[in-house]
Amino acid sequence: MHLTAAFQTPPLDSARAFRQVLDSMARPGRIVTLDRVAAPAPCSPAAAAAVLTLVDGTSPLHLAGAHAGASIQDWLRFHLSADLVERHMAAFALGTWEALGPLSHYPQGGAEYPDRSATLIVECAELRAERARLAGPGIETEAWLSLPDVAALQENAARFPRGLDLIFTCGAQLAALPRSTQIGGR
Amino acid sequence: MSDYNFAYLDEATKRMLRRAILKAVAIPGYQVPFSRREMPMPYGWGTGGVQVTAACLVPEDTLKVIDQGADDTTNAVSIRKFFARVAGIATTEATAEATIIQTRHRIPETPLTEGQILVFQVPIPEPLRFLEPRETETRTMHALEDYGLIQVRLYEDTARHGEIARAYAYPVRVEGRYIMDPSPIPKFDNPKLHNAPALQLFGAGRECRIYALPPFTRVESLDFEDYPFTASKAAGQTCAICGAEDSYLDEVIIDDAGGRMFVCSDTDYCATRCAAQAEDAA
Repeated sequence: MHLTAAFQTPPLDSARAFRQVLDSMARPGRIVTLDRVAAPAPCSPAAAAAVLTLVDGTSPLHLAGAHAGASIQDWLRFHLSADLVERHMAAFALGTWEALGPLSHYPQGGAEYPDRSATLIVECAELRAERARLAGPGIETEAWLSLPDVAALQENAARFPRGLDLIFTCGAQLAALPRSTQIGGR
Repeated sequence: MSDYNFAYLDEATKRMLRRAILKAVAIPGYQVPFSRREMPMPYGWGTGGVQVTAACLVPEDTLKVIDQGADDTTNAVSIRKFFARVAGIATTEATAEATIIQTRHRIPETPLTEGQILVFQVPIPEPLRFLEPRETETRTMHALEDYGLIQVRLYEDTARHGEIARAYAYPVRVEGRYIMDPSPIPKFDNPKLHNAPALQLFGAGRECRIYALPPFTRVESLDFEDYPFTASKAAGQTCAICGAEDSYLDEVIIDDAGGRMFVCSDTDYCATRCAAQAEDAA
């Protein structure tokens, strides 16, 4: 078994990666760059950095489709002691939009504890500031992001304060869509 | 610096805090429970703010810490020295130079910008706590948006005092949903919460809660149409040192005969104005 490295300097690299992720979650639609770590294919560098920064044995992770391959599983188990679970148990999930499946299969959080919902890390073929118009907290006037399925994400936003938070990744690029963002189509 | 992990906390703790901070940002105004750690300072000295700051710091940051607006008080000095030692980061007293500002009970007078994060130290995060002591009940009230009780409380103020008698920790409504305690900042600072370009994070160490206001978030102070919210300060006074009319003032007793003066609570704002005046005079 051959394992590739994770962060070279975990405390500093994860701190810098978190600030990028925090910036993207606080300003939905903003695209940030995370290129300091490589994970086994097909996991992108941005998704790898997000997972290394946020996931460990106390936050169950669901791997979907090609991201559930043996090399990624071994890598995550070694570096994070990751607890790999089914969708309905997941605090985090990683995969393509198609592989992740319906959003309703993931924990949505309760009315009293809306924070107990999953965060999906969605690997995309492209990530651009276009197509869907975003508004809400974190956005001064408007922002744009290429979302995979506007209708499903509008439904997610309508569940606020319950609902999922999403992180979209493409290569070294990352953008986020918290449940608080209203999605305007076009 | 080599004696400590970066920013003091271990990596597993920082991951836990970071997950809580992201959920707090995603649900503005909602208090996310977190598992606090024992810090090398007692509760009430900003352990919540320190844990949030530790989770957010990067080596490139410049940290400012204020206590009631002042950079030179014990709490502010010791937290600044703590992070300079355990994270090796730069520190400053200038609001405009800071990338992270940890604050106890004030928002700086100098407007914050997009690249900055403001971390509040929070003693009691629950705005309904003094109306309903049971956590199970306040949690249900937030879930159901059952906020009548706090409106009644504000109404009783108007009936008894002729105005809403809350000078600090004045409750706000976030994006029309959660009612939030902005920490014990004077209500003079409440308008600065609304549509702020900076990210605002709140950490309550003793009570194990983290909450957040993303940038450009709608934050309304609770009030009534006939008793509108006003951001008040010491009426008719100006700073005795720099002459500022627009800043929040502290009243300082200066002798045993009832003598008093009003000075800017924000020491950096006051010092910057004094320096500019000295330059103009020269």
